[in-house]
Amino acid sequence: MNSIWTIARKELSDSLRNRWLIAIALVFAVLALGIAWFGAAASGQVGYASTPATIASLASLGIFLIPLIALLLAYDAIVGEEEGGTLLLLMTYPLSRGQLLFGKFLGHGLTLAFATLIGFGVAGVAIALLVDDVAVGALAAAMFRFIVSTILLGWGFIALAYVISVRVSEKPVAAGLALGIWFFFVLIFDLMLLGTLVASEGKLNPELLPWLLMLNPTDIYRLLNIVAFGEGAQLSGVLSLGADLPIGAAGLWFALVLWFVIPITGAWALFRRRRI
Amino acid sequence: MSCFRLENVSYRYDKALVLNGVDLRLEPGEILGLFGHNGAGKTTCIKLILGLMTPTQGKLSVLDGEAGDPHVTQHIGYLPENVMFYPQLTGREILNHFARLKGAPLKQVPQLLEQVGLGDAMNARVKTYSKGMRQRLGLAQALLGKPKLLMLDEPTVGLDPVATADLYRLLRKLRDEGTGIVLCSHVLPGVEPYIDRAAILTDGAVKAVGDLASLRRQANMPVTLSIEPANGTSALEKVIADASAGNGLMIKKDNGKLQVDVRPSEKMAMIQALLNSGEVQDLGIHQPTLEDVYVHFIGSGGLAHRGGAQ
Repeated sequence: MNSIWTIARKELSDSLRNRWLIAIALVFAVLALGIAWFGAAASGQVGYASTPATIASLASLGIFLIPLIALLLAYDAIVGEEEGGTLLLLMTYPLSRGQLLFGKFLGHGLTLAFATLIGFGVAGVAIALLVDDVAVGALAAAMFRFIVSTILLGWGFIALAYVISVRVSEKPVAAGLALGIWFFFVLIFDLMLLGTLVASEGKLNPELLPWLLMLNPTDIYRLLNIVAFGEGAQLSGVLSLGADLPIGAAGLWFALVLWFVIPITGAWALFRRRRI
Repeated sequence: MSCFRLENVSYRYDKALVLNGVDLRLEPGEILGLFGHNGAGKTTCIKLILGLMTPTQGKLSVLDGEAGDPHVTQHIGYLPENVMFYPQLTGREILNHFARLKGAPLKQVPQLLEQVGLGDAMNARVKTYSKGMRQRLGLAQALLGKPKLLMLDEPTVGLDPVATADLYRLLRKLRDEGTGIVLCSHVLPGVEPYIDRAAILTDGAVKAVGDLASLRRQANMPVTLSIEPANGTSALEKVIADASAGNGLMIKKDNGKLQVDVRPSEKMAMIQALLNSGEVQDLGIHQPTLEDVYVHFIGSGGLAHRGGAQ
């Protein structure tokens, strides 16, 4: 446990030192406040629209930004150590591969968690203080749900980045593959799903279709933050499939947790087989 | 307790046999030089002892335990050949990090940095370090936690002559305190005075092992006598011819001196004959150096022999 914390602590202090943590937090805060203030601009006025609309807009933006940040933060976790020659050295220390990997995960995970908490937390507090007629209770609940799901989504992509990082032997390759993952989950997956729907002309089992959304953590994340507002929530595109899902919010949370547990376990298994 | 013991160890990488029946051991308070061309299996030996890989065949014990066991690795110091470390951190921060991982007391860190001559630079970022400074940082890292077994891969790369001498003095001190040390190097004349035993590897097998005297015996290489004549070379040449009893020794003339190669077993008889003749002004005896012995065992296959990746 001590070794895991030693590794995590170095990652945390690295991200404080290179100002990643503060930069991410700042980006989140500015985005959240910007969306909160100008979210209603389309309807011709500036000001706070409503909590569900704000969270929905934030979540739509989050699915682009969170995976990208998480992948950038973590893609060189192992391959970077190898290029610097420190991976070989670390493995001669009383430190197992699992301890190294989970220590990295703890460090990167906490970095992202703190940045999210600070960035969106500050924005939430600012909205609560500055907007006159906002229901603070509902806002706090929605913000809390949004922040926790954002952290889980980020962890998922950190874990996916590790799968790459333990597998390849050059940093640029890892960076390219990380971008590929982002591209796939954020841009291509929904298109593919829509394409499949149209091409199958209704022959696909309609029971099965909503479950396909579970194959993409960003879709789970969006569903969680939009569906939570119940009736009246506007689901567009492939997300409308999610309305038919029989698993409810708890199931979505569970799926999002699985989305970081499974890749990190996979990365661990691959790392144990890696030749050093 | 042995520092390590390899008994008939073989290692296969994919299909290739990288190590083939290696027997090697190191006792505490001993410096072993590990030599061989690139791809001879030095790095593989070290990695096996460090527990980074497991042997395909044979028995391996390290510090009376199993290689790679955390209780064992805690007492091993290792200096890899090329470490960049973390360029954004200072030398002190890096050493603190490694000390925590090794469970070594943090108060050791400034002492070790002082000891390797990085006292003034410990608070500078490593990206500003020269190659020699990084090498010293690596050395300080290897010394964390007072290891019982120290493995150094090319420790003198990038070090100036003074720092190199300091390093060897430090290694001697550690050896006298009971540390077992493995030294891999290509700078043979540099390490020759400091090693107790040498092991020469070629193509994954130990070709010769022992102290320098026993390696010379195994190699049976000629000793070169360099003789300055007292009364002209022709008289001296006659003495040599008589002493060698028609063996036809090679005699080379060099600046009025004679160079004679004799077999180790005939060396003393020849010297006695020379001294008794009264024809000798001065006499030099040149034993084969570690480098000569190394070249003898590796063979003179030239560059082709030294190919192959590490």
